[in-house]
Amino acid sequence: MAASFELTDDSVVVIIGTGAGGGVLANELAQKGVRVVALEAGGRYLPEDYVNDEWESFGQLAWLDPRTTSGDWRVARDFSGLPAWIVKAVGGTTTHWAGASLRFQAHEWKAATTYGAVEGANLLDWPIDAAEMEPWYDLAEKKLGVTRTNGIAGLPGNNNYLLFEKGAKALGYTEVHTGRMAINSAEYDGRSFCHQTGFCFQGCKWGAKWSAAYTDIPRGEATGNLEVRERAHAARILHDDAGRVTGVEYFDRDGNLHFQRARIVCVAGNSFESPRLLLNSASSMFPDGLANSSGQVGRNYMRHMTGSVYATFDKPVRMWRGTTMAGIISDEARHDPGRGFVGGYEMETLALGIPFMAAFLDPGAWGREFTTALDAYEYMAGMWLVGEDMPQETNRVTLNAEVKDQWGLPVANVHFDDHPNDIAMRNHAYRQGRAVYEAVGATRTFPTPPYPSTHNLGTNRMSERPGDGVVNRWGQSHDIANLFVSDGSQFTTGAAENPTLTIVALAIRQADHIAREMAAQTL
Amino acid sequence: MTLQPAIRGLTRRQLLSRASAAGASLVIGAGFVAAPDAAWAYETAHLRPETFATLVRMARDIYPHDRIPDAHYVIAVKGYDSAEAAPGIAEGIAALDAAAQAGGFPSYLDTGWERDRVDILRSIEDSAFFQTIRGGLVTGLYNQKAVWPIFGYEGESYSQGGYIERGFNDIDWL
Repeated sequence: MAASFELTDDSVVVIIGTGAGGGVLANELAQKGVRVVALEAGGRYLPEDYVNDEWESFGQLAWLDPRTTSGDWRVARDFSGLPAWIVKAVGGTTTHWAGASLRFQAHEWKAATTYGAVEGANLLDWPIDAAEMEPWYDLAEKKLGVTRTNGIAGLPGNNNYLLFEKGAKALGYTEVHTGRMAINSAEYDGRSFCHQTGFCFQGCKWGAKWSAAYTDIPRGEATGNLEVRERAHAARILHDDAGRVTGVEYFDRDGNLHFQRARIVCVAGNSFESPRLLLNSASSMFPDGLANSSGQVGRNYMRHMTGSVYATFDKPVRMWRGTTMAGIISDEARHDPGRGFVGGYEMETLALGIPFMAAFLDPGAWGREFTTALDAYEYMAGMWLVGEDMPQETNRVTLNAEVKDQWGLPVANVHFDDHPNDIAMRNHAYRQGRAVYEAVGATRTFPTPPYPSTHNLGTNRMSERPGDGVVNRWGQSHDIANLFVSDGSQFTTGAAENPTLTIVALAIRQADHIAREMAAQTL
Repeated sequence: MTLQPAIRGLTRRQLLSRASAAGASLVIGAGFVAAPDAAWAYETAHLRPETFATLVRMARDIYPHDRIPDAHYVIAVKGYDSAEAAPGIAEGIAALDAAAQAGGFPSYLDTGWERDRVDILRSIEDSAFFQTIRGGLVTGLYNQKAVWPIFGYEGESYSQGGYIERGFNDIDWL
């Protein structure tokens, strides 16, 4: 039975956001007997609500509140009001994610040490490492039911994968398989197996893909320790004269402002909303925003080096059939500066339907060069390229005082310029992606620019020293003991891998820490 | 303001006899626009028929798919035939015609060859009007379920049990 707590109850932990970070944290705390109020800006959608239709689903799930953009990234030109493709719903972007569940490589926890000085990059080592994270990754993989871990079989390869695999092997790549996916190859944890339906990005109607929306959230609610308040938009975190946070002001669905008291506040609104909330919570005691004595709140925004390669063939592929992200090549994920850049990247199959292919293949393009590509849609294969991008202090989320959201709050402006390392890596990845497809007879290949960002990282980064970042090794803010960050914004560096598994592992670990400290009365 | 498979109350012969000669691809009648073969017709509410016909021609020239019938381009742009949008569209099409005339053609619609029309479009592609029309077509054209089969795209699959038994791995030429 879901709990219901009083606004005046100052014994609760308030978590803002219910995705991979906040949703998992909420359940893990509730399981340990900690009482939690989770504020979720979006509504609740479950598998029966999801739709196999790209634009309709986008309208149902995507975060469409206003944001602005600046910088030299092409997203700022082609999708100026949509810097991110993330979800506003209970369960957050775990409804939309493709399911790729990869651990960081050991050296990626120590990017500054491993890569050395990179001009213009604000590299820093994480204050934690692979050995410390190993048991938390183990728990995360069990929770998500990740294929190729714990004896769980890999998924079968679809057409898009079989073609990709053949090209990869022809090039001599060896780390090629159908991925470590949080998509069931057989029934697991009471959830169905993958029926190769496609539309992973639109919410899995079988529940075969792990999402907090129908796993951690209802399980947390079942403990009687978790109340999820839907369509509750956090506006401001308040604090007392001692500089401890006291609770969260939020707007309910009707626009009424409420104040929920709290013992601890955990921010998990993804890498735009989390720093935005801290900045919008500025006060006379904290004029630059909460937890911002370092000046690092909002800075070091990372979005992964991304891009896609699509290719057409002289025979049908029908890439949309089956799992959207159906396989991976990891050979380029290593750190090998001989390629002309530091860090590495993964190559992962990806498919879009015709509506999204028209929007994203080459945004802004028109004429027959473009339409002949779409005419060959049935003969097309695709892959996504995802690698480590460089943190830069000037890539940042700031408040745009000129633009207000529906609640009258200044929106986030997202500024991003590619670092030369990002560009060198992308060009290398484009070449390798093209080579994979040419090895199996591609008649034409297309370098597709980055989509609006799904991997948003780093705007409240973790650091050993308070001057270098926003939160410590537990995600606890350096400045305010009872204020935590629980999402991907705490990433010190981005690594090459899709971030969800690491966000989940950090959330499980953080829950353990918070519950222990609460029990010890040190929080 | 309807799109219908054939002209109600008009035979194809009658339709053609009432048509003006503006453009090769569309026949303009009094207050409506129709395909030369009467495969579809659209009665405009706020735009002049010539203006609407030009808009349809422009839409096809921006995203030309030779296997997509005009009717789908009509559907993609008919939202502009509203009281609110019509003045801006009329102004934009007038500018397009002016660009055509600057190139020595009588109007955009009467510029006979696609290659010449594309040159005209290139001359205005940075304009807000062109970008509005192009951007609107991305969803207006490609999000019509009726055009998806032309691309081979199968759309929704959950109700059919996905592709696990319907060819998710049926590639046979590798």
